[in-house]
Amino acid sequence: MSPSSVVPGAAKSAALPDVRERAVVRFAGDSGDGMQITGSRFTMETALAGSDLATFPDFPAEIRAPVGTTFGVSAFQIHFGSAEVATAGDELDVLVAMNPAALTTNIKDLRPGGTVIVDTGAFTERNLLKAGYAANPLENGSLSEFRVLPIDIGKLTEAAVAGLGLTSKQTARSRNMWALGLVLWMYGRDRQVTTDWLLKKFSDEPAIANANVAVLNAGHAFGETAELSGELRPVSIGAAPAERGTYRTVSGTEAIAWGLVAGLKAAGLERMVFAGYPITPASPVLQVLTGLRAHGVVTFQAEDEIAAICAAIGASFAGSLGVTSSSGPGIALKTEAMGLAIATELPLIIVDSQRAGPSTGLPTKTEQSDLFQAVLGRNGDAPLAVISASTPSDCFDVAIEAVRLATKYMTPVFLLTDGYLANAAEPWKIPDPASLPTFPVQFRTDPEGFQPFLRNPATLARVWARPGTPGLEHRIGGIERSATSGNISYDPDNHATMTELRAAKIAGIAADIPEQEVSQGEDRGELAVVGWGSTFGPIHMAVQRARAEGRRVSHIHLRYISPFPRNLGDLLKRFDRVIVPEMNNGQLVMLLRAAYLVPAERFSQVNGKPFKVSTVLDAIRERTSGNGKGGAA
Amino acid sequence: MTATTAPVKMQPKDFASDQEVRWCPGCGDYAILKAVQKVLADIGASRENTVFVSGIGCSSRFPYYVSTYGFHTVHGRAPAVATGVKLANPALDVWVMTGDGDGLSIGGNHMLHVLRRNVDLQIVLFNNEIYGLTKGQYSPTSRQGTVSPTSPLGSLERPLSAATFALGAGGRFVARGIDTQQGPLVEVLKRAHAHRGASFVEVFQNCLVFNDGVFDEFTEKAVAEERQLHVEHGKPLLFGKNRQQGLRLDPAALALEVVTLGQDGVTMEDIVVHDETNRALAGMLAALEPPGPVALGVLYCAPVQDFTTAVFNQPAKGSGDIVALLKQGKTWTV
Ligand code: SF4
Repeated sequence: MSPSSVVPGAAKSAALPDVRERAVVRFAGDSGDGMQITGSRFTMETALAGSDLATFPDFPAEIRAPVGTTFGVSAFQIHFGSAEVATAGDELDVLVAMNPAALTTNIKDLRPGGTVIVDTGAFTERNLLKAGYAANPLENGSLSEFRVLPIDIGKLTEAAVAGLGLTSKQTARSRNMWALGLVLWMYGRDRQVTTDWLLKKFSDEPAIANANVAVLNAGHAFGETAELSGELRPVSIGAAPAERGTYRTVSGTEAIAWGLVAGLKAAGLERMVFAGYPITPASPVLQVLTGLRAHGVVTFQAEDEIAAICAAIGASFAGSLGVTSSSGPGIALKTEAMGLAIATELPLIIVDSQRAGPSTGLPTKTEQSDLFQAVLGRNGDAPLAVISASTPSDCFDVAIEAVRLATKYMTPVFLLTDGYLANAAEPWKIPDPASLPTFPVQFRTDPEGFQPFLRNPATLARVWARPGTPGLEHRIGGIERSATSGNISYDPDNHATMTELRAAKIAGIAADIPEQEVSQGEDRGELAVVGWGSTFGPIHMAVQRARAEGRRVSHIHLRYISPFPRNLGDLLKRFDRVIVPEMNNGQLVMLLRAAYLVPAERFSQVNGKPFKVSTVLDAIRERTSGNGKGGAA
Repeated sequence: MTATTAPVKMQPKDFASDQEVRWCPGCGDYAILKAVQKVLADIGASRENTVFVSGIGCSSRFPYYVSTYGFHTVHGRAPAVATGVKLANPALDVWVMTGDGDGLSIGGNHMLHVLRRNVDLQIVLFNNEIYGLTKGQYSPTSRQGTVSPTSPLGSLERPLSAATFALGAGGRFVARGIDTQQGPLVEVLKRAHAHRGASFVEVFQNCLVFNDGVFDEFTEKAVAEERQLHVEHGKPLLFGKNRQQGLRLDPAALALEVVTLGQDGVTMEDIVVHDETNRALAGMLAALEPPGPVALGVLYCAPVQDFTTAVFNQPAKGSGDIVALLKQGKTWTV
C-alpha cells in the first residue's frame, strides 16, 4: 500500500465491528474547515444512538485566522460510550487532522496505537511549512506509533461533487462532510439526521445541500468499500444504560437559558429582563433567550456591560426578574452596580461564563478564576450568594436555584459557569414539568405599616414593593438607609447594624440549602478531593479509579460557595488531607482555609483546558497510601 | 391611607415627600423641584405610576423629595436603570433626573444610547457647569478658563453643549429652560411629558455655592430680553425689547444671523419661522450662545415610535409552554 494514500478496493472487508465500551474522537482543522459543525453533527448521531457522551469544542479567538496556521486550528472532541461518560476524555482514540497545522497541534493527545486520519491533499509544502514541519510527517516515519490513514479527502470530495455545479471554494468547504461520513461509518452510526439537517440548512441552495449530502455519503461509502482490513475496522459502541424518559443533547448555554425560564415560571413572575452585552463565551446565553418572549423573556442588548446590569437592576426594581450575563472582563465592569443591588436588596442574577484572564486573557479558553471576583470583588462589605454549575445539564437546575435564592432573599446571586461548560454538550433527560419546583413570589401590596426595608424575620429578606402599587411609593438608593425606616441614614451605628444584617441574610441561606454531600466515597478517610464547577467530570473519574485501586479517597463537589453548606467545615475535618483541584491559581482553596482553618492543598491547572483524569488521579496517588491499607502516609 | 388614586385633584404639595430637602439654600434645584411638582399636579400624574430615577450628584438627590416611586442609583447610570424599569413595565411614567457631570461625563455613553433608542422617558439634565456635590471641580460643560480646585489656572477643555449632544445622539425631543423661569420651565416639562419617546430637557441651573452667576449673561433681568430667545413652533424667531430683533438664515454661511426689524431693509419676511420638526434648525438654535441670544423652549420635537413600544410590538413566537421549549430539536426516548 502506498504510504500516502488509502485506495478503495474491490474486496469488501467482512470484518465484524470491534465492540468497545468507549471512544474519544477529535476533529481538527482550520477555523474555516467547519470542525465545530462536524463535531456537533457527530454528537447528535451519537446521542441518538443512545451512547452517553461529553464534548469539548476548542476553538481559537480569531474568527478566521490565516489559513493553515497553528493558531487558527479549531477542534471538537467527543467522548462517548456505552458506560458512564463524565469527561471529554484524556486521550484520543481517533484524530481527524484536516491539515498539517491540525496534526502538529493535536497529535500529542493521540494515544499510542490510536488512529489518525489525515487529508493528504492539504499536506502541501506551503502548509507543512506554515505548520512548522521541516519534512512531511506522513513520509518520515515520525508517526510510526500511530495507525495513520492518509486519504486525499480533498480529491475524493471533488470526485463526489463532480457535475453538481459547485465552485472549487464550495467544494473545499464540504470536505468536513467527507470526514464526518467516514467517522460515522467507523462507529456504525446513522446519517439520516445529518442528511435531513443539511437539506434544511441549505434549503435555499439545493445544489449545495445535495452536494454536501453526496460528500457525506462518499465518506461513508469509502469506509464501507475501502480495503482497510487491519487498518480500520468498524467499532461498535452501544447505548449507555439510562433511566426511562425523553432525552436530548444540551449545552451549558442552553441549560442556563432554559433553567432561567423554568425559574421564572417557578417564581410565578410575569417577566424576566435579561440584559447583556456581546462577549465571548457568554453571548450565546443572550442569543438563546432572545426570541423567548412567549415565555416572558425580554432581552436587551445594552450599550455596555454596565448598562446591562443597570437595566437588569431597574427591571428588578420594577418587579421583573433582572438577569445579566457576561464573562470576567465584563463582570469587572458590572461590579459597582452589583453593590447597588446589594445595598437596595433587589433580586438579580449575574451569570458569569468564566474564561482565562486577567484582562482579555484567553477569550475562548476555559478557567475558574473569577471565584474571588464573585465572592469578594466589590467595594465595601458586599455579600451576595454565589453558586456554581458542574455539568451542562446541572446548569438547568442551578439556574432555577439562582432564581429561588434571588427572589426569596432579595439578593444578587452569582451563577458561575465557564467556557468549557458553556460550549460542552451531553445527553440530558428532559425533566417532567411536574417535577420542577415552585416558589411563588409575594409582592407587598399592603400599605399598612409599610417601609421598604421591612424584613421577613426568618429570611431577613426585605419586602418587594413594585412601582404601580398604590400606597407603597418609596425611594431607595445606594446611600445607607435606616434599618428601621428605610430613609437615608448617615448614622454610624445604623451602618454597623445594616452591615451585619446584609451579612446575616446571606449567611442565613446556609440553613435553606442542602447539607454538603459526598458525591463519591465515604464521609471520612485519607483524602478528600474538593472541587466546584466544571472540574466535576475529571475529579469524578479520577476518584472512581483511585477507589478501584483501593484508595481511601472521596469526592466532594460544591454547588454553593457563598454561603458554604453548613456542614462543610465538619466534613472536611474528617479527612486526613484535602486537595482542591481548580482551573485557577488557588481560589477555592484559600476560601476553604480561611473559613475552616483546614490544611487544604492547592492543585492548580491554568492552561485553558479542562483537567485530564490522569492528572487528578496522579495527584490522588501521590497523597494516598493505596491498596486499601488506609491511614495517613 | 387609601390605596386608590384620590378623586380630588392632586396639588403640587401632594408630590412632596416627607424627606427634608438637603440642597444648599438658594440652589436652583429647589426651583426645578417646584416646577416638576407643579407639572405632576397639572398633568394629573398618579403617585404610584410615576418613577424618578437618578444617578449621583446634587441633581440626583431629586427622587428623595418627591412622593412617587424613586430610585437613586449609581453615577451616570440612571438612563440604563430607567430603561430596565420601562422594559419591566412600560406603563410606568419614568423621569430621569441627572446633571452635567452625571449625564454627560461619567454617563455620557448611556445618555447617547437612551436618546438613540428613544426610550419613553423624561430626562431632565440640570446643567450648572460644575461638579457641586464633590465641591466645585470643572465639569464637561464648564466654559474654557473655568477656575476650580482641579483647574486653578483655568480649565483647558472645550465645553460640551448638552442640547447639541442630544440632537447628535438622535434625540427626538430636545428642549431648554431656566431654573428660575417657572412659567416657561413648567411648559417645557409638560411638553416633554407629552412627547412619547426620550424627551431631553436641559435646565440651566445656578449652583450658588460653586458657580454662582455662571448664566447671568443671559439670565439676569437686565439682559434677559436681549439674550433670551423663547422659541415657539410656527412663530417667528424674534426676541429683544419690543421683539425687534430676529434670526435670519444666511444662505451663504448656512447659519442664523441676528438682524433688527426695520434696519437694512429687514422685514418680518426675513425672519425664520420656528419649525420644531426641523432638525437642522434645531441644531443651529442649540448652537447659539452669548453675546447672541440663547434659544429656550422646545428646540426640536419630531416623534417616532418609542423603544418599548417597538420591543413589545415584535411578535412573540411559540406558545410559552416550557415542555415545548425543552423538546424543540431532536429528542429520543429510552
Ligand atoms: S452645591 Fe450647588 S448644585 Fe449642589 S446643592 Fe449646593 S448650590 Fe445646589
